[in-house]
Amino acid sequence: MTQLIQTLTDGIAVGSLYALIALGYTLVYGILQFINFAHSDVFALGAWLSFTIATWFGLAAGSGATTPPWYIGLAVLALAMIGCGIVGFLIERLAYKPLRAAPRLNVLITAIGVSLLLENVGQLEGMFRGHHFKIFGPYPKAMPALIPDRVLLHFAAVQFRLVDAVVLGTALFLMVAIQWLVFRTRLGMAMRAVSFNHNSAALMGINVSRIISATFVLGSMLAAAAGFLYAMKYAQLKQTADNVWVLLGLKAFVAAVVGGIGNIRGAMLGGIFIGLIEFFGVAYLSDKYRDVYVFSLLIIVLLVRPSGILGKATVEKV
Amino acid sequence: MHMRAKTLALAVLAPAFLLPILFLVVGCEKQSSSSSTQPATGSASGGAIKIGHYGSMTGSEATFGVSTDNGIKLAVKERNAAGGVNGKQIQLITYDDQGKGQEAVTAVTRLIQQDGVVAVLGEVASSRSIAAGPVCQREGVPMISPSSTNPQVTEIGDMIFRVCFIDPFQGYVGASFAKNQLKLDKAATLYNRSQAYSAGLNKEFVNAFEKLGGQVLIQQAYADGDNDFSAQLTAIREKNPQFIYIPGYYTEVVNIARQARKLGVTCPLIGGDGWVSEELKNAGDALDGCYFSDHYSQEDKRPEVQDFLKKYKSEYGKTPDSMAALGYDAANLLFDAMKRAKSLNGHDLADAIASTKDFKAVTGNITINEHRDANKLAVIQKIQGGQFSYYATVEPPK
Repeated sequence: MTQLIQTLTDGIAVGSLYALIALGYTLVYGILQFINFAHSDVFALGAWLSFTIATWFGLAAGSGATTPPWYIGLAVLALAMIGCGIVGFLIERLAYKPLRAAPRLNVLITAIGVSLLLENVGQLEGMFRGHHFKIFGPYPKAMPALIPDRVLLHFAAVQFRLVDAVVLGTALFLMVAIQWLVFRTRLGMAMRAVSFNHNSAALMGINVSRIISATFVLGSMLAAAAGFLYAMKYAQLKQTADNVWVLLGLKAFVAAVVGGIGNIRGAMLGGIFIGLIEFFGVAYLSDKYRDVYVFSLLIIVLLVRPSGILGKATVEKV
Repeated sequence: MHMRAKTLALAVLAPAFLLPILFLVVGCEKQSSSSSTQPATGSASGGAIKIGHYGSMTGSEATFGVSTDNGIKLAVKERNAAGGVNGKQIQLITYDDQGKGQEAVTAVTRLIQQDGVVAVLGEVASSRSIAAGPVCQREGVPMISPSSTNPQVTEIGDMIFRVCFIDPFQGYVGASFAKNQLKLDKAATLYNRSQAYSAGLNKEFVNAFEKLGGQVLIQQAYADGDNDFSAQLTAIREKNPQFIYIPGYYTEVVNIARQARKLGVTCPLIGGDGWVSEELKNAGDALDGCYFSDHYSQEDKRPEVQDFLKKYKSEYGKTPDSMAALGYDAANLLFDAMKRAKSLNGHDLADAIASTKDFKAVTGNITINEHRDANKLAVIQKIQGGQFSYYATVEPPK
């Protein structure tokens, strides 16, 4: 019983991180019908920016370290989101926009290129004209604690901690916020119009370029938030070219496809679903096939219901 | 119908095929970062003897490569100051393999074919020694691994040596320490199934512990790139073991320890020499009261150890861990063999290394046995406040 509840809480917590990243894939796909493979690197960037900003505030990891007041954590989150938003904007402007009229495969390959660029530039460290410079460096780093380590709820051996509550709470808040933004605001209405048809949207007086930029910024900010929450939860960050980030990004991408790519509620549902499948698989079936559960689910969904759980099968007009 | 779905399937599958090709291209073009230690005095590099080192200078096991390289550099510097080997200076060439098997193969190929080294030192992680060892064997260039403990490393062939103990012994050390000294009978294990070192050491530990009368309640595994261990730790917690044996590398161990404490797992964690790193401090107090087996103790009073400590501290300003000591030993053992060898030709040099007897080294006297391994004692280190210190010595079984 305790194992069941523990697995459930862990699965949902990690699933909500997947959901946040999946939202970025799905938002971009909804509008451009293209999978932004650099998204997992924006997520890694979010985690590393959180680390860097936290150290700017003078925080350090370790046993003697004290936790700062709560608003510092909020400031770190906000700054990391702004930073990643800017990077997301630049990626779209510099790498994808010039290819708007090019075949889809070109953009896809460009996305992989951007991904490799971000991964490797993130690791840069060295000497330049006698000055030592460093982006994030090629080593894993420990994230300083931003909130106190406190147990909120006890249920038998299951401990529900403050950090889990923060992860879950922030993720849910952001999901509700994005839902509101897309379905209740003018920007959201414009985004939905662009996703329906670029030309008609333009005829209605919508600045399509601006909406596409806004979508990238939004997706990147969500990835930054996921990166921040990841850093809080795991407290240790692997270097940006480590395959941890790509693997997490791929799982989130699977979540987006399983939920129905292009569908916002689908991404959230898919994220939680993937988190649960992964954790229940490891806990109850075998610990050896962790990623196999996730990726076989992708194959099954693509075979049985290619448009995903919540996606609608549409006929493409030629 | 489902045209959209087909496009989607294409979008999903295309990168799956493209990615490996792309990585291949990148892999070929990428320049490994290199650093070479020039001879301290005189002679142009044409006259110098070149030796190579490949290691994880960056990445998740970066302290392994950096410490080993520091140890080797110190040995090279001393040797060159003392006139080199047979009147020739030593030139060290180091390549970073980023902690990746395929990069290790690239680095060793480059050392042998491009730089023409006479011998290769490396790696720490067994998987990478196993990946790059066959290149040395094929090219007939001796390789000495400072600290790969998996038996398969030297089984590659007669060109591959090591200066450390092997995992059947290290597994016994962990088991015997837990059973006989800590008096613990119920174990759980958590290992990395994608690392030869971790999976092998796990097996050896389980065998030894059960032979000593202990009970292994559950064995759980994870893979490279896993960051969340709570599902495995929850399964372990259900069985209520007295300790968990974790034969992983330090970056993972820090993560596992923190997550275990968050799940309310309070029992001691015990590990192997993969834990050796100053980065253990990142675990905060999660690793307090935990133990791991190691190659040497800084508190050893033997003159070799104290002398090395002093020199290393004045060179790098910190205490050498066992990876640095083994790097130092491997390099010095190589120089000793070079002096005795008929020529620096690969097979002559390998013969000389193989006939090493009672070589006085920092990590204990080294005699290369018929399996090209070294029989040595192991020590147990105890962790407190992110620092580790000598706790016990474990001798080989009678």
